[in-house]
Amino acid sequence: MRIKAMTTFFQRDFLQRIRQSDVWFSFTQSKVTLWAAAVFAVLVIAAFGAEVIAPHNPMDLATLELSEARLPPAWQEGGTSKYMLGTDDQGRDLLSALMYGTRISILVGLAAVGFALLLGVTLGLIAGYAGGVVDAAIMRVCDVMLSFPSILVALLVDGILHAVIPRDASNTGQAFFVVVLAIGLTLWVKYARTVRSSVMVEKNKEYVQAARVMGASTFTILFKHIFPNVLSPITVLATLHIAQAIITEATLSYLGVGVPPTSPSLGTLIRIGNEYLFSGEWWITVWPGLTLVVLVLSANLLGDWLRDALNPRLQ
Amino acid sequence: MLAHLIRRLLQSVAVMLTVALVAFVLFQYVGDPVSFILGQDATAEERSRLRGDLGLDAPVPVQFARFVGNAVQGDFGYSLRQGRKVSELIASKAPATLELSLVAIVLALVMGIPAGVYCALKKDSVLAKWLMALSLLGVSLPTFLIGIFLILTFSVWLGWLPSFGRGDTVALGGWTTGLLTQSGWAHIILPAVTLCLFQLTMILRLIRVEMLEVLRSDYIKFARARGLSQTAIHFGHALKNTLIPVMTIVGLELGGVIAFAIITETVFQWPGMGLLFIQAISSADIPVMAAYLCLISLIFVTINFLVDLLYVAVDPRLRITSQSNAH
Repeated sequence: MRIKAMTTFFQRDFLQRIRQSDVWFSFTQSKVTLWAAAVFAVLVIAAFGAEVIAPHNPMDLATLELSEARLPPAWQEGGTSKYMLGTDDQGRDLLSALMYGTRISILVGLAAVGFALLLGVTLGLIAGYAGGVVDAAIMRVCDVMLSFPSILVALLVDGILHAVIPRDASNTGQAFFVVVLAIGLTLWVKYARTVRSSVMVEKNKEYVQAARVMGASTFTILFKHIFPNVLSPITVLATLHIAQAIITEATLSYLGVGVPPTSPSLGTLIRIGNEYLFSGEWWITVWPGLTLVVLVLSANLLGDWLRDALNPRLQ
Repeated sequence: MLAHLIRRLLQSVAVMLTVALVAFVLFQYVGDPVSFILGQDATAEERSRLRGDLGLDAPVPVQFARFVGNAVQGDFGYSLRQGRKVSELIASKAPATLELSLVAIVLALVMGIPAGVYCALKKDSVLAKWLMALSLLGVSLPTFLIGIFLILTFSVWLGWLPSFGRGDTVALGGWTTGLLTQSGWAHIILPAVTLCLFQLTMILRLIRVEMLEVLRSDYIKFARARGLSQTAIHFGHALKNTLIPVMTIVGLELGGVIAFAIITETVFQWPGMGLLFIQAISSADIPVMAAYLCLISLIFVTINFLVDLLYVAVDPRLRITSQSNAH
């Protein structure tokens, strides 16, 4: 039914298929979802079109003037229309910094979920298909990981990686790698468990037996035949996890162990502003904070909607 | 029953040994103690002598056994940054974290249970709908952001409450407490509220769902048919059965509170174990990290084990099934 619909999905006229689908119908039926999608789209466009849209380039240190540091938003006394939302401690335009920061937050979130997907799905397929000792070993690791809160796991992985790889301020790519790894390692367990239980159901079905009789390799059976049939729950999980990954990244960066301050994410911006909270310069913290809230809320609402739309049992 | 207990106990020990192995690897191979003590310029001869003195030339399993032996006695060596004994360092910070976590849990229970019951009983009222919407926000907002907004509102703008530190503390033997002074209470309010919000919303939603479920069951209908008062039905019969799953979750979340205290402590500069851990991470202070890892795992594993026991003790149905499984 739904599985069949998924496989023929790409063979027919794409747009027409979308317009006739249940998912699209439920999308147009929910006002909240439409709003969430609109807000999310605005954020994504602002983030990824930052080079074109943003009024200033916050990464270009040459244009920064320290005399213009910590200016309030334009409508407050002392603010200028040059910087709509004010400037931070180095004279960066906050509106532009927000756009670039949102992009970094979204990218780290996506990369972390991608890494978790890769690891979780692979281990889940192996555990479900192989069974026995391999399955037991992978599942015990999952149990241990699940008994600790994700932020603790992320902090530990982050701390261990930072201890193993000496901190190098000039190497930003490495810092991103550490953060993505730390967040990804907190998320993969759910994919592994979901895929494993689906595989255990699927592997005894006739089409898998048929493929085996035809002489397909285990790899082909796993990734070409079984994997497409466990996609639906994985998609929902991944959507919901993007918001979680963004939160974890912001938390790590706020705690000072996340992405480097030279390419600030929303969490880093909040951390920078935190120092100026008491001297009345609220805007340096509040704008990135609000952006993070809106980003996470809209991503979560979209994820919730997708979960309900793809799960006929809940309707 | 006994078999179940022993199996759970063995599982707990296995988890602890795994964590200890991670801590051991960290301790022994990442934060190389020899180059830390001797510095980079030491000769190979000096190094090998120190290795022998420290027992680092022994076979790895022997070293691991020694590490576990020391860890059980609370000996994790010296902090690389502060030069103090790790055990002393953690012991001096533990009261702050435990007090904060305890106050947060109590707050979450005291506010969450009545609010959850209200949302279930009056589920169509305006207030209930607002509470549910707010609770959704509470679940999806990151802890540190809630803390910052609370500081901004109550410390910076209104100036009602202090925003960092513990305030005045009183020493009771080895334990320092802020709960006996007025300034201590003023200082704990904002961090405790921040820390409890996630648990609070979870308890609220859980109680509501469980209560709605229980209110639909047959024995409640019979209680109604017998003409019992609403109060007796709701609080004498329904709430009692609602509390069992809530107890489990709260027990498990106690560990979560201690872990989330890391974030809250950083936001409010609360001088607890979490702040110590964050400082250890950013300065790669391996012994402190390893010790914290072992301690927090011990807390988690113990809580999980106790909750399991408590669950069996409270719910008679579980006792029967676990007995019939054993036969």
